[in-house]
This record gives sequence, structure tokens and C-alpha cells, in this order.
Amino acid sequence: MSDPRAVVDAASTLILGKRSRLELALTCLIAGGHLLIEDVPGTGKTTLAHVMARLLGLDFRRVQFTSDLLPADILGVSVFERETGAFRFHPGPVFTQVLLADEVNRATPRTQSALLEAMEEHQVSVEGETRPLPEPFFVIATQNPASQIGTYPLPESQLDRFMMRITMGYPDPAAERALLTGRDRRSLLADLAPVADAATLSAWRTQAEGIHVSDALIDYVQALIAYTRTGGAYRLGLSPRAGLALLAAARARALLAARSHVLPEDVQAVLPAVALHRLPMLEQPASHEEAARHLLQAVALPV
Amino acid sequence: MRWRRTTIARVAAEPLDQSRIAWLMAVAACALVPHGAHLPGWLIAVAALLFTWRLAQWKLGWPGASGLVKLLVVVACCAGVSLTFGRLFGREPGVALLTLMLVLKLHELRSTRDGHTVVLLGYFMLLTAFLYSQTPAMAAALGVSMTVITAALIALTGPPASPRALMRHAAWLMAQALPFMLVLFVLFPRVPGPLWGLPLDAWSGTSGLSDSMSPGSISQLSLSGAIAFRVRFEGDAPPARDLYWRGPVLSTFDGRTWRQGDSARRIGDRVPHPVPGRALGYEVTLEPHNRNWLFALETVSTLPAGVRVSDDWQLSARDGVRTRRRDRFESVLGARPGIEEWSAHLDAARQLPPDGNPRARQLAQTLRAASPADTVAAGLRLFRREAFVYTLTPPLLGEDGIDAFLFDTRRGFCEHYAGAFVFLMRAAGLPARVVTGYQGGERNEVDDYVVVRQSDAHAWAEVWLEGEGWRRVDPTAAILPSRIERGLADLPAGEPVPFVARVDLGWLRALRHQWEAANNSWNQWVLSYDQQKQRELLSRLGMAQPDWRLMTIWLASLCALFALALTLWAMRRSVSVDALARAWAAVDRALRPAGLGREAWEGPLDYAARIGRLRPDLVPVLAQACRLYADARYGAAPPAAAARELKACARALRRQRTPPHR
Repeated sequence: MSDPRAVVDAASTLILGKRSRLELALTCLIAGGHLLIEDVPGTGKTTLAHVMARLLGLDFRRVQFTSDLLPADILGVSVFERETGAFRFHPGPVFTQVLLADEVNRATPRTQSALLEAMEEHQVSVEGETRPLPEPFFVIATQNPASQIGTYPLPESQLDRFMMRITMGYPDPAAERALLTGRDRRSLLADLAPVADAATLSAWRTQAEGIHVSDALIDYVQALIAYTRTGGAYRLGLSPRAGLALLAAARARALLAARSHVLPEDVQAVLPAVALHRLPMLEQPASHEEAARHLLQAVALPV
Repeated sequence: MRWRRTTIARVAAEPLDQSRIAWLMAVAACALVPHGAHLPGWLIAVAALLFTWRLAQWKLGWPGASGLVKLLVVVACCAGVSLTFGRLFGREPGVALLTLMLVLKLHELRSTRDGHTVVLLGYFMLLTAFLYSQTPAMAAALGVSMTVITAALIALTGPPASPRALMRHAAWLMAQALPFMLVLFVLFPRVPGPLWGLPLDAWSGTSGLSDSMSPGSISQLSLSGAIAFRVRFEGDAPPARDLYWRGPVLSTFDGRTWRQGDSARRIGDRVPHPVPGRALGYEVTLEPHNRNWLFALETVSTLPAGVRVSDDWQLSARDGVRTRRRDRFESVLGARPGIEEWSAHLDAARQLPPDGNPRARQLAQTLRAASPADTVAAGLRLFRREAFVYTLTPPLLGEDGIDAFLFDTRRGFCEHYAGAFVFLMRAAGLPARVVTGYQGGERNEVDDYVVVRQSDAHAWAEVWLEGEGWRRVDPTAAILPSRIERGLADLPAGEPVPFVARVDLGWLRALRHQWEAANNSWNQWVLSYDQQKQRELLSRLGMAQPDWRLMTIWLASLCALFALALTLWAMRRSVSVDALARAWAAVDRALRPAGLGREAWEGPLDYAARIGRLRPDLVPVLAQACRLYADARYGAAPPAAAARELKACARALRRQRTPPHR
């Protein structure tokens, strides 16, 4: 079985200077979670989704969300066929392994929730019939920061369904220089060979689920969750689903680090991505980094 | 407060799960088994039936008892208890009803509150077992039962745990209570006399000498190996043949039964006559026998307080002896009291029924000799000469029992010999009377007590001789001298001698002595720990004049001390739960003074990486320390070994923390 780090290595040749983001994205996919990438346009969000799908050898469909996008445009629709005299279901773009929902916050809440049902249940109900989605099924959604004009921000209940939210950020000068002088990203993408496939990804996931979690670590996770609920800094604490997501992501991170047990460092590495989008703060922090630091440093490691 | 109340109410109303029901059934079993020895048979059967039914309901899914069935059982059993004991109140019926209620409660276990009822009933049932038996074995058995009940209480209130863990927890709780129990036991001010009285029926089955003697009464008693009393001599114990423990004196005869006479009813607080001679001091610990007489060696010269004496030198307490009591007596062995006896007593000692036993009366005339002393000797010679047999199983005697014994059967026990001898002496005109009591006693080498058993019960005769007083004459000694030397042990095989009175089987005897000595210490120091014993012990501990104030101060401070010690120990324990955590803290302490301490939220590997950037010279040791800790705390590495290595790392880091000179 190949090493999951090979995926990160291969992706870094294309997405420059973003190794930690790539690791987080892969961690999220190994843990079976959906990924939300948030940043201003043109920072490589779509490329990241593309690269991940390609390296993992998964089917990839892309839907550009707009304010007039309807649920049927994603899920599919039954069409009356004159020849057979019956309705036939035409599956929408959601029937794929990786769905890139580009600019998810541009669609109306109605369309957003159609997608979110598919994310949670791994199935869609169209016209009274339930249809399973392929396995694995990942949604990588991108969104512009909420402050931009013409957006419908995802409510907390729907944000909770994304295991992680990551930001891309601008590349550092060296990476930017390499980007400017290098080949076109699109053509590079076309040359990219898959490193793994769906079966490998599933095996990694099983492996991650078997990684040892000690009582001391559970203590730490509980302390973190308790702080978000009672610490007084947040309008809403982490949900049990968030706690499970945190542990699953930490396990995947430990697998990525080739360790047989989860360390607090694993939890801390995934914590901002897993927790911050579910934690509306009472006082808006200056930045994501600031918010992350606040949460991390507020909770001591239990001995 | 409101929240607390509702929480408690909610917990109390929670339904019981299967494992808790199993615990409650164990509680009932543990609480009832110690009572098996004395409950009436039908009640044991009912309890066993109800218990088995509940067991079947639990294990096999049988239907439970309906309300009507339960009501019928209650009514029927109350009627049964009332019929068996003649009343519904008192110790026996009370315990019987409690037994019934406890078993019935098992049939209505709906909520945790019912469980608590069962547990409390169980504790109370254990307590009532002490009303019947207070032996060390019973105390040990009840200790075990108590541990089980406590474990059930923990199971009822605590989170689910394995039976093993619960038992360990309960045993640990009991162990923690032990020092408090000892302090309270030793120091709690004792009131003279028992704190509460046992009901009068408590000793109804106790055996002992009675106030009359008819053929068979003493030989019946001799079948019992039970201990009558224990004696500790100040100095060496006299030989067994001199140990005549005087009990009821019988001077009235109706042709069959000897009874106490007028002389026994004239009771005073001082000995009737001074007894000259060298007094021997000793302490008698008398087992309860429900009568008020006490036993002391012939002849008592000084009386302790609270002991009275009759004109015929029989000692008695004011009330029946219902609890074990201890008295110190002084006696002069071989003294012959009563040189100047009141003539009314002498007349009473010549009394015979107007007719009956003609052959014995005739025989008595032939025994008359020149002097009274010769008459006595002639009487004894008669028993020695003729073929009399000493046996525990004499044939039954009809009318004119003394004639039949003297001339026909010639087989008898001490009461036959003493009775016949006194009859003969009276018929020959000498004042004589029967003395019952105990003769001999066995020295226990382990604790040096002399143990006197019911099997040592004896009867002998006293004859009043002019100028000499009452002379003890033991016709049994004439027949079978070894009875006086060695007790019943030498009776031929086949005689129903109590097992404990046989002296063969040396090792068994030694074992028995050990056991009885242990029992005796238990009796002396636990059951009979009264005000006097408490003073004795405290003065031995250096509290010369213990008054209740001093004792209360001691009591409170010792309890506080124990509580403090337990608390400290528990705190220390919670810290030392984790040797690994301590070793990890040591690493932190080693580097903190150099400003290289770990942030509270920092993971071990991040910490190693951060310090590694600041102080590359520390990397080898610190990285190893952090890896050790991470592997043991979050991985599967054994923590004990890691803690040791971590300590070594901490020492190394302490040496290295000041930066090397550049």
C-alpha cells in the first residue's frame, strides 16, 4: 500500500508552498469528511480540489453555484421519454466521488440544503425515491469570505457538516515566484498521474480508525470541547459531531505522520480547521490565526 | 437545593437493573443465613420458598408474586409467628417478622428506593444476629456479610462495576472504618451495666444447675461440654481434687427430690462466720445461666460487692446472671465452717419424709456407731465395700428410689450417691445436706485459665459434726476416686461422656485449648469490656485517672487524627497515581528555571521542537524525554518503565540547563 504522504508530495509539486493545507485536505478526505475551502478568488481553491481528486484517482465533477442554481441542477431530474413512455432519471452532477461545489455560498439556501442532505446521508431523495451516492463521496466546497457581495452565508447547522474548513492564503514570495515562472497549472494538472485509488483511500481510512487513542488524549479532547461550551468565549460550543470529527481527523493526521497513536499535537494540528468554522465567537477575532491561537492556548494538556 | 431534591428523587425512583437485583438477593441471603440456627423450621421453609421463587423469576422469567399473594403470605406468616411464639413482640417474633419482610421485599423491587430498603433491612438483620450469638466466629461471619451488603449499597448508588471491584471497594471501606471502630470501642465512655437489656427470653435455653435435684438431673447436665465458668487464680491453681465449686445447697427431701431449705433463704451481705486460714484469691468469669447463684471455692472468706451469701454458704447475685459476669473471691481451702450452727438449721438437716425407703432406714440403724465421725466412716465404707458402679446412664428408679439404688441397681451418678448418703446419715441421726456445684476444672496451658464445664457438675454431701462443723463428704470419691482427680475422662468407653471431657487425643486437646483461649480473650476483652476493664486498660496505657472529659478529648482527637491521615493518604495517592506524570513534571522543573518550561497547552513533541530551536544542545536528551512521555502517555508503552527513564532524563536536563560557554 502506498504511503499517504506520497499524495501530499505529488500535490506540492503543483500547489506550491501550501504543504500544510494539502496535508489538512488529505487528512480530511482520509477521515471521510467534507472539505470547505474559504478564501478570496484566485488563490487556488479549485486547483486544490482538482489535484486531490486526480491524485486519489476519484471521479470528479464540478458545479459552479450561482444564485439561480436549482436543487435539480445538482441532484438530477426525471425526464419523460416519449419512446418508452416512462420517466427516466437523469442523475445530476452529485453522482460522483468528488464533487467540487464552487462558490457554494452564491447559491440560495434551498439549493445549498439540497447538497447538504446528500453530504450527510450519502444519498439523495429525488421525487420520492432514494438513490445512494457512489462510495467514497466527498464534497469539496469553496466559498468566498462572507463579506463579499451577493452571497448567502452557510448557517452554522450546515457549516457543522463540513469536517474541515481551510483557508488557502497567499503564497509566500518564493512560491509565488515559482508560480509566475513555471508552466501553466492546468497543463500540469493534465500530466498528473494518480497516486492512489478509491480502494487505497478506503484502506487508509480503516487504518486510521484503528489508531490508538489513549484515555489521556480523550481527556484532552473533552477538555477542549468543554472549554468551547463553558469557557465564555463562544456563542455556541462544539457539537458531539464536532467532537467525533475532531478525533477522526486527529487519527488521520496521526496516520499521515506514520504514528501508531494520536498525540495532542495531532489534535492541535487539525483543531483550527475542524473547530473554528463551527464556533461563532462573541467578539470577532482579528483573523483565523488569532482565533486558533486563542482556542489552543486556552486549554492545558491534562497530565 | 431544589435541584438536589429533584435529583435525589429521580435517582430514588430509577428502576433497578438485573445486576442490582442480583446484588439485593445476595444481601438477603447474607443477612438471613446467620439466623438459620434459631428461626423456626417452617419460617425457614417459607423464606427459602419465597427466595427461590424470586430467583426463578429472575433467572427463568417466572411470573412475580401478585399483591394478593403477598398479602396472604404476610397474614399467614404473622399468624404463624404469633402461634409459634405466643406473641408478635419481643426478640424471637421480631426477628422472624423481619426475616419475612426482607424476603417479601425482594418481590417488590421496583426502584432504587426499594433497593435501599433491602440494604438497610440487611444491615439491621445482621445486628439482630448478635442478639443470639456473640462468638468470634459469628462476628467474623457477620463481617463478611457486612462487606457483601456494603458492596450492594455501592452497586446501588455507584456506576456499574464488576462484582470483584465492588467487593474490593466495600472491603476497603470497611478497613478504613476499622481504626475509628477501635478508637470508639476503647475510648467511648462505658456506663456500668449493659447499655440495653436483652429480653428475658434471651437465655431460656441456657443450661446450668437448678435449685432442686432428683435422680438424673445432674447426669443430664454432665452430657454438656459447655463452659460453666472460667477461673484465673492469683498464683498457682490448687490440684483438681481440692476444687469444689459450691452451688445450691439442698436440705429438704420429699422422698424423691432434694430442694433448698430455710437455711438457703436466709441471705446476708457478709459471710456468716469468719473463716480463718490462708486465703486464696481468684477471679471467676461466669457464663450466663439465668439463675442468680454464683460459684466459688469452698469456703469463701471475703465477699466482693454485690454478692450475697446464705446461711448455708451459698453465694448469689441480686438478679439472675444473664450476662457474663466477673467476680473476685477469696477462699480458704479445707475450712470447716459452722461449728456453732443454729439449731433450727440442724433440725432442718435431720428432716426426712415420714415414711418410704424402709430398707435404707433399717440400714442406717446398722451404721450408727459410737461417735458421729465413725458413723460417717461406716457410711463411706458401705459404698466402698459393695459393688457400686459409677455411670452416666443409671437405670430408672421407681418408688422408694433410695432403697432401689442401694440394694437393687447399685448403678448411679453422683446425685444418687450424694442423695443416698445424706439420707443414710439423716436416718442415722446426723445433720446432713446435699451440696451441688462443680468439681474440678481443666487448666488451659495457653492462657492459664481454669475452665469448668457443665460436665464437671457434681453433687456431694455435708455432715455436721459436733465440735468440727460441716464436714464435706464425697461418696463419689469413695466409689471412683478418679472422678475427683480427673473428671469424667476415665469413665469406661460407651458412657456418653461429652467429647470435650475426654482427655485422650493430645493434639486435639491442644487445639481446643487454643480455641478456647481465643474465645476467652474475646469474652474478656471484647464482650465484657466494661467500665472496669476500660479503666484497667487506660491506666495501663498511662491515663492514670481517666475521667469522661479526658476520654472525650482523646476520642475526638484520635478520630480527627485518623480522618486527617486518611485524607492525606488519599491526596498523596491521587498525586502518586501517576508516576509518569510526576516524572514529566520533573522534566519541566528541570528546565523551567532556565526559561525553557513547557507551556500548559503544548504537546510533548511540539515542546521538544520549540526548545530544540532555542537550545540545540539539549535536543538529544529532551527529544528522547518527550518521545518517552508521548509514547507512554498517548501510546501503548508501559508507563512505569518510561517514568524511570524520564526521571533519568530530568536529572540529565537539570545538569545541562545552564547554556555551555561559547
